[in-house]
Amino acid sequence: MADNTPAGSTTDGAIQVGGPQQPIDARVSAPASYDVADFPVPHGREEEWRFTPLERLRGLHDGTAVANGGGVKVEVSAPAGVTVETVGRDDARLGRSGKPVDRVAAQAYTSFEKASVVSIPKDAVLTEPVTISVHGEGGVAFGHQVIEVGAFAEAVVVLDHTGDTTLAANVEFLVGDGAKLTVVSVQDWDATAVHAAQHTALIGRDASFKSVIVTFGGDLVRLHPRVVYGAPGGEAELYGLYFTDKGQHQEHRLFVDHDTPHCRSNVAYKGALQGKDAHAVWIGDVLIRAEAEGTDTYELNRNLVLTDGARVDSVPNLEIETGEIVGAGHASATGRFDDEQLFYLMARGIPADEARRLVVRGFFAELVQQIGIPELEERLIAKIEAELEASVA
Amino acid sequence: MATLEIHDLHVSVEAENGPREILKGVDLTVKQGETHAIMGPNGSGKSTLAYSLAGHPKYTITGGTVTLDGEDVLAMSVDERARAGVFLAMQYPVEVPGVSVSNFLRTSATAIRGEAPKLRTWVKEVKGAMERLNMDPAFAERNVNEGFSGGEKKRHEILQLELLKPKIAILDETDSGLDVDALRQVSEGVNRVRETGEVGTLLITHYTRILRYIKPDFVHVFSGGRIVESGGAELADKLESEGYEAYQTKGGVTA
Repeated sequence: MADNTPAGSTTDGAIQVGGPQQPIDARVSAPASYDVADFPVPHGREEEWRFTPLERLRGLHDGTAVANGGGVKVEVSAPAGVTVETVGRDDARLGRSGKPVDRVAAQAYTSFEKASVVSIPKDAVLTEPVTISVHGEGGVAFGHQVIEVGAFAEAVVVLDHTGDTTLAANVEFLVGDGAKLTVVSVQDWDATAVHAAQHTALIGRDASFKSVIVTFGGDLVRLHPRVVYGAPGGEAELYGLYFTDKGQHQEHRLFVDHDTPHCRSNVAYKGALQGKDAHAVWIGDVLIRAEAEGTDTYELNRNLVLTDGARVDSVPNLEIETGEIVGAGHASATGRFDDEQLFYLMARGIPADEARRLVVRGFFAELVQQIGIPELEERLIAKIEAELEASVA
Repeated sequence: MATLEIHDLHVSVEAENGPREILKGVDLTVKQGETHAIMGPNGSGKSTLAYSLAGHPKYTITGGTVTLDGEDVLAMSVDERARAGVFLAMQYPVEVPGVSVSNFLRTSATAIRGEAPKLRTWVKEVKGAMERLNMDPAFAERNVNEGFSGGEKKRHEILQLELLKPKIAILDETDSGLDVDALRQVSEGVNRVRETGEVGTLLITHYTRILRYIKPDFVHVFSGGRIVESGGAELADKLESEGYEAYQTKGGVTA
C-alpha cells in the first residue's frame, strides 16, 4: 500500500465498456419500488448496504422505526410567486421523478403522512432562494418534498437540516424544459442525528440541474443523489463537500442514469476526515445506456485524511454501453495529511494548527469556487472555518 | 552577528531493536556570513544533523546543546526554530495537496516576518526571485511540490531561502538529482543569498560537484556520526581525489 494511502482506505474503481452482464441497476438486491414490502430487510452484505453500519440506522431499515410525531419541523420560506403546499399521500404530483431504490427510501415513501410541494411557475426567475428548513426535534420522522420548476424558470433552493432526529426522506426535483435549478442541501445536524434520504432529479429538455450537498453533522448520514434525464440536452452538476469527524458515518451514493442522448453530467465530491472511526463512503455510479449517444460525463472524488483512525471507501463505477459519446471519465484519490507535511510547513515558520487549516482550506476552496453562487461560497467557507476552529486543534 | 553553536550533540532514532545512536558528539560553530561544507559518505549522519537542527520529531536528542545567539534551539518547536532564523532546504521536499505555492509562500513569509508582506511589493518580490531562478510564473499556482520534477523541487526550496532570509541556512543535499544547468541556477540562488553576508550556510553534500559553484570557507568531513576532520576548501580537493575510504576506517563507521 502506498505511503499516502491511509490504512483501510479503498479506492476501487471500475470502468466497464460494452454490455455488462450486470448493469448498475441490477446489482442492487431488489428493483426500485414505492412499497417497502418489495425490499427484503438488509443484513449488511448487500452491495448497497455493505458500507453502512445498519445498527446505527435506529430501525429505519427493518421497519422498527415508527414516526412519533416529534420528528422534524419543516418550514418553507419562498419569495412571492412561488406556491408552497402541504399535501396528503394521494396527491398526484408525488412520486413522478422515480421510485425509491432502497428499503429505507421505500420505507419513507410508505410511511410519510404529509408532503411539501414547492412549485416555481413557468418563466419565473427567482432573485431570492427558497429555503426549506428541516429541524430535528428528537423523534422519528418520514419526509417527502417535491420541488417543481416550470419551463424556463430559474431558482435556488436551500434545504437546511439542523437539530437531532431519525429521518428517512425522499426529495424530488422536477426540472422543466430549459429551466435552471440549483439545490443546496446542508446537513448541519447535531452529532446524534440519523438521516437517510434519496434525492431524485428528473431533468427536462435543455434544463440544468445543480446539486450541492454539504454534510458536516450527524451520527449517520446516508444520501442518495440520483439524476435521470427526461429529454435530450439536459445537464447535471453534482457537487459535494463533507467533513467527517470522529465516530461519524457519512455516505454519499450517487447515480447518474444517462438514458437519453446528448446529456451532460459532472460530479465532484470532496471530503476531509479526522478522528477515530470517522468513516466516509462515496459511491459514484454512472451508467451510459446504449441509447445515450453524445453523452459527456466526468466524476471525481477526493478525500483528505487528517488523522489516523479514519476510513474512506471511494468507489467510482462507470458503465458504458455505447461508444458514440463525447467523453466519460472518473477519478478517485485519497491522500493523507501526515507528519511529514506538518513538519514541512512548520519548518517554514507556520504553526501546527495553521498548517492544518491551510491544507484543509486549500483542499475545499477549489470545489467551493466551482459552485458559482457567491453568497453560498461565503457561507460554506465560513462553515469550513467553523468546523476547523471546532475540531482541528 | 548571528551564531549557531552546536556542542557535543548526540542524537538517536527509534530502530527495531531499541534506540540507535546516529550522532555521536557533533561540535560545530557557524557564524553569519560563513559557509561550511559538511561532506561524508552515505549513512554517516549528515542528514540526521540537518533534520535534528530543524526539529524533526523522528530524532531524539540524547545529549549536547544547540544555541542560536545564545538561545536554546533544542527547546523550540519546529516552527519556532524557523521563526528564530533556522532554515532547512530539504533533500526530499514534501508534497502538500491543496495548498498553492503562492499561498504557501505568503503564509510562510507572514509567519517568519511577523506580519503579512504588503501585497504589491510581495508580488514583485516573488516574481523577481522566481525569474532569477528561471521558474515559470505558472509555478506559483501549482500545489506545493505536487508533481514537481527533482529540479523544480530544489528551485522551490531555494526560492524560499531567498524570500525567507534566514540567519542560518542548512542545505541538505541540495545538489542531488540535479543536471548541470539546474545545479548552476540553484547554486547561483544560494550565492545571491550568501552575498548579502547575512546568512550562515551549512552545505551538506556527498559530492564535491556543488563546491565548484558554491565556495565554502570551511570543509568538514563527517563520518560515524561526528566531524572527523576540518579544514579549508583544499580539503574538498583531497576528498575529490581520494574519496572517503580513509575516514571510514578512521571514523569507525558502524556496519
